Amino acid sequence: MRLPIPPKAPPVRTEQIILFRVSGQLFAVSSASVQEVRSVDTLAGAAREIAQAGIRKVRHTVQRGEHLFYVVNGAMHFDLPPFAPALVFVLRRTRTALLVDGIEKMTTMTRLQALPQAFCNDERDWYRGVTAIDQTVVPVVKPEGFLTPDELFLLDSSVEPKESETEIAADASSAPPSVFEGESFHPPGTIDPAGLPQ
Amino acid sequence: MSPQTDSGSFVLLRLAERRFAVAAGDIAELVAPSRIFRFPHHTKDIEGVILRRGRIVPVCDVAARLIGKNLRSRRFYLIAQRRYPTGTEWIALPVTGDCELISAEMIPASEADLPHVSGWLSHDGDVIEVLDLNALTPGPIVAQPNAPEEALQQEAHS
Repeated sequence: MRLPIPPKAPPVRTEQIILFRVSGQLFAVSSASVQEVRSVDTLAGAAREIAQAGIRKVRHTVQRGEHLFYVVNGAMHFDLPPFAPALVFVLRRTRTALLVDGIEKMTTMTRLQALPQAFCNDERDWYRGVTAIDQTVVPVVKPEGFLTPDELFLLDSSVEPKESETEIAADASSAPPSVFEGESFHPPGTIDPAGLPQ
Repeated sequence: MSPQTDSGSFVLLRLAERRFAVAAGDIAELVAPSRIFRFPHHTKDIEGVILRRGRIVPVCDVAARLIGKNLRSRRFYLIAQRRYPTGTEWIALPVTGDCELISAEMIPASEADLPHVSGWLSHDGDVIEVLDLNALTPGPIVAQPNAPEEALQQEAHS
């Protein structure tokens, strides 16, 4: 008699995440949400200052292809002490470029727990949830949570159209190489993927 | 006429010199303090979270609201169940001393009592507040379809 084949356990759903620090505090973001990682130095020439946006955490814009991104200071967004950012994450499907201290490592998340309902303020817009990595609890940021529709409206109204047009032209010719694009690393000599802590 | 009482089991917890009670059915366990993980947020009274049995449990220091000062030291976390419109979640309350399970008669709170008081009980010569964790700890604000203020406005316009 042949025993029935036991059903296979469904594979554990995993998600690649980037652990990064802002003002020393550890956060995670889905690597699929990060379009590009640049060092702040390479971005300096391409960034344009916003004259009067009225939003303290955004002082610059940067043009990537056809799209204008607002550079958000992560420390100001999270009310953390000021820091000297080293990297900027250009976030996919948003208009946010996020200034961060640096990348801690890339890893895999197997479980994302909803933010406990006791957290009932702005943080519900900031985080997709929380996850436990190496016995540490890390909030997983929501890429679209860095700028609200109202903030984007205010920023859009403070950026002149002419400025963005000239930035597109400048960007196409003089953009320095990216450290990281999409979901795979490129070896432009800035960061070697093998050198990233896992 | 004596006030109506509800008899039941309660857990007495200590915050500095004062004792408070919580319905025993709302308590999951009493655990030793463990590492608190902190991350940025804007919710008052929430210190951070602890990891407990695979769950991420928010730590809510209610001492400032109940005794007017934050706790300098804590001996245990009382893990309680907090009810939300969409379900029940654990919440950790720092306490400064041992907890005690008692059976007692509770006198329900009156309109004059603070919202976080669900009743009163008498034990060992003390009159002790029974806490309503839903009112004491933070959670999403649920819109009331017929809130009294709205009803008053409707009445004024009619």
